[in-house]
Amino acid sequence: MNQEYLSTYEVFVRSARGLDHKHVGSLHAENSQQALMYARDVYTRRSEGVSIWVVEAINITASQEEDVESFIEPMDEKKYRHASHYQLPDKIDNM
Amino acid sequence: MQTVEPLLQEAEFDQKILDEQKIEPRDWMPEAYRKNLIRQMSQHAHSEVIGMQPEGNWITRAPTLRRKAVLLAKIQDEAGHGLYLYSATETLGCTRSELIEALQTGKAKYASIFNYPALTWADVGATGWLVDGAAIVNQIALQRTSYGPYARAMVRICKEESFHQRQGYEIMFALAKGSPQQKQMAQDAMNRIWWPSLMMFGPHDADSAHSSQSMKWKIKRQSNDFLRQKFIDQTIPQIKVLGLDMPDPEIRWNKKRGHYDHGEINWDEFYQVINGQGPCNHQRIKHHKRAHDEGEWVREAVRNYREKQNRRENSTMKK
Repeated sequence: MNQEYLSTYEVFVRSARGLDHKHVGSLHAENSQQALMYARDVYTRRSEGVSIWVVEAINITASQEEDVESFIEPMDEKKYRHASHYQLPDKIDNM
Repeated sequence: MQTVEPLLQEAEFDQKILDEQKIEPRDWMPEAYRKNLIRQMSQHAHSEVIGMQPEGNWITRAPTLRRKAVLLAKIQDEAGHGLYLYSATETLGCTRSELIEALQTGKAKYASIFNYPALTWADVGATGWLVDGAAIVNQIALQRTSYGPYARAMVRICKEESFHQRQGYEIMFALAKGSPQQKQMAQDAMNRIWWPSLMMFGPHDADSAHSSQSMKWKIKRQSNDFLRQKFIDQTIPQIKVLGLDMPDPEIRWNKKRGHYDHGEINWDEFYQVINGQGPCNHQRIKHHKRAHDEGEWVREAVRNYREKQNRRENSTMKK
């Protein structure tokens, strides 16, 4: 009954070379080596990936979605950052 | 402010549900939503884990090496599914040991089907085909559940689950086309497992304690009776292909409804088994406790190893 001693690890799997590692889930483990073995057994039983990352959950610093307005300032007033802001002459239909 | 704030939060929550947005772990949610989810998700996780027991009994007795390898792979999947679901449940702020304790003390339930014994090899086939088949119907609907981690776990589980049903049907097909004794074995297993499979969808909508609130919160997306009918309609043609007799004499096509009619489920049996009086309830929990206790030395060893590693790291840092 000592599950609490185990740390939570978040698991990320790269499904093929050239793609990003993608979060797939989490698990409990004593250390990162063990987490990596567990992740292999649990999340890649059908060749889902070529590489696994495990990160101890307490090492992740996360922003809060409620803070999105103040923290990730909406750039709505800076429309010139978007390609759609620029008007092209009629003769050019593709750029 | 004290009264306005919670009301605002609740309104925001309701709006997210209305807009088909997922609820994520750090979002505010009503306490009853959290509790309801913990109940349903942990029950789901426990079912995956306890479900390994009746099938596990047949690993050493599988008729061929291929069947043994297949059964092992299926049971390993169930362990994985249990883990996905426990991890997802823990995002609601409860610990693994609380969940396991609730299972072992009988406070939490699991699918009552696993309180029936797997008597013959045909039971392994019928279980994969019918029990996993019913679970898939349920889980496909749950891929759209409103709680993000639950929905994502369901997507992963559904992807893995379809081989479970097919391997079960393959076993049933081989038996049904075999000797008269083998065919009889398949018929007998199907007859016994049919009714508990229908019970897996839970009580009728009108009698289901948690259903209406769960539907409102989009934890459940389709009703018990709707999903049960869907399972019956898709399974009956599969029974015909096996050439077995129907497990329920009242099954017949209802042209007007566009569905199969069927006999009434024995709900007394359902509640008896749920409340601990099934043939294997005691055995299942006893075995789970024993396996958990016998694994303690492994957990202890890794804990000691980690402490030793930490001490070593600390002393090298000091140098």
